[in-house]
Amino acid sequence: MLTDIIRADLESDVWERLELVTDPELDEPITEMGFVEHLEIVDSGRVEVGFRLPTYWCSPNFAFLMAFGIRREVSALPWVRGLTVTLHDHCFGDEVNEGVNSGRAFGEVFAKYCDGADLDEVTAKFEAKAFDRRQEVMLLALQERGLTAEQIVGMTLGDFDRLAFTGEEETRQKPRYRALLVSQGLAEHPDDPAFPTWDKQRIDPAALARHLERLRGTRINMEFNGALCRGLASARYKEVEIGPDGPTLVDFIAGRVPPKGRSAATG
Amino acid sequence: MYKTPDGREIFVIDGHTHFWDGSPENQSNIHGKQFIDCFYAYHANLSPPEELWEKSKFEKYSEDDVYRDLFVDGPDDMAIIQTTVLGDFYKTGFGCIERSTQMAKRHPERFIVNGSFDPRDGEKALEYIHYMKETYDIQGVKMYTAEWNGDSKGWSLNDPAAYKCFELCDKLGIRNIHVHKGPTIIPLNKDAFDVHDVDYAATDFQNLNWIIEHCGLPRLDDFCWIAVQETNVYGGLAVALPFIHTRPRYFAEVMAELLFWVGEDKILFGSDYAIWTPQWLVDRFWNFEIPEDIAKERGVQLTDEIKEKILGLNAARLYGVDVEAKKKQLAGAPVQIAAE
Repeated sequence: MLTDIIRADLESDVWERLELVTDPELDEPITEMGFVEHLEIVDSGRVEVGFRLPTYWCSPNFAFLMAFGIRREVSALPWVRGLTVTLHDHCFGDEVNEGVNSGRAFGEVFAKYCDGADLDEVTAKFEAKAFDRRQEVMLLALQERGLTAEQIVGMTLGDFDRLAFTGEEETRQKPRYRALLVSQGLAEHPDDPAFPTWDKQRIDPAALARHLERLRGTRINMEFNGALCRGLASARYKEVEIGPDGPTLVDFIAGRVPPKGRSAATG
Repeated sequence: MYKTPDGREIFVIDGHTHFWDGSPENQSNIHGKQFIDCFYAYHANLSPPEELWEKSKFEKYSEDDVYRDLFVDGPDDMAIIQTTVLGDFYKTGFGCIERSTQMAKRHPERFIVNGSFDPRDGEKALEYIHYMKETYDIQGVKMYTAEWNGDSKGWSLNDPAAYKCFELCDKLGIRNIHVHKGPTIIPLNKDAFDVHDVDYAATDFQNLNWIIEHCGLPRLDDFCWIAVQETNVYGGLAVALPFIHTRPRYFAEVMAELLFWVGEDKILFGSDYAIWTPQWLVDRFWNFEIPEDIAKERGVQLTDEIKEKILGLNAARLYGVDVEAKKKQLAGAPVQIAAE
């Protein structure tokens, strides 16, 4: 039997791993988006995770990526010996659930549904958008400090690492931006430029404004989609009741989201 | 007619409305249920509380509801009814040209009913386009690229079969192609909401007007890049507009992007009725100002003159509506609805 304290600790471990899984389209953790609706430690080594997307029609390829992301991150915990991931109420749910719980590799499962093709092109497209959004936060923060275009585009990774930000979004995005720079091989050494484009080009100081114009469009789209997804997720199981004081929204499966342990306390 | 606070009368064409039957009786399967449930979530999430409908009314509303919500309580002078068949999900179709035309008969001067076709039907699609032109004299069609059709779970505007249909539309003078990019599920290795097929189709069919509903959302950024290069690509505001209530600053940013990239002559108002009703949308839109910092950053403005274009004049141009003549005609034919 698990004691409540141990169970809470284990749950907290799982939540921390789940925070590393992002919605590829929004570049936000699935936990932040409220997608994870069920988390249970069945016994000391077995975990069940249930998630639900904002609509039945959300992109199935992203549903696959998130389901396998959950599998990858939760399985990385040394004490986890069994894991079941369940996507609820989705038009491709059966296929995703069968695939993610089969133990087969992502590529193998996914290829079955698209004549052997892979997701590289789509993944790269959304990684590029995530990169642009993270980079814009950094560039705008530096502009705000009064740095010139030359100073900004001339900055190295070493300079970047020495920067300290106080703003919430800058603090959140700085390590995320750096992680993408490194994982994509865009910058590695302290004297590599800190602000290349996704295509590994340097930004001409005179073209920085134009570059930012494009990043701005990417950001507005992602923020808008994020707001829409959050709203649709929150409204998915609500219905209107018309009472004496007019219409109100009633949640008919309220209280289904489990407590989030530490992340809830800080989030 | 929308009356501004200072007494001006603004001509309104609602570019995107529906007359659907999503009721459980008409649903063929779980997908039909989930489709209307998804619409309902948009309604529940983005409407002001006083505008919320009960689920049963939302699933199937009456002809009188349409007339009241659009023209009596609502400010619309005219409404474009879009056809969305969804034959795999609904027994008699979701929103059909026959039923909409029947509904519109009481005041035909107020409606433009658009058709729809599925290029995957091949020859039958071509025959059906002829039929719609002859029977209903359609000026436009609504394309839903995410529609399921047997094993196919979506299609692209630049598929060869689609090009044959557009060639015929061009020949018959069906000039306005409204496009809704829903999630095309197969092939799974592509971005389900990709809008780049719009770019090909708009380049290859310069005589046709491509009205991208929801401004390409959730690919607004990609859409803006395409629209800036193609003179015959337009953006419909449905879905973006209700953010004016829940997230006015996001709405301002989206509006500023659209004005900057797409331009004031190529943006069309649409309520997406019955997901939202036009009264509150138009009222808030008229009284909306883009915050100064956003307007300045983007170098755009949303003046009364521009709002008037978006609310009606741009759509009037696309559909050949003579606004002054139409105003006179409508003044002589007030909308009647049954007493409650």
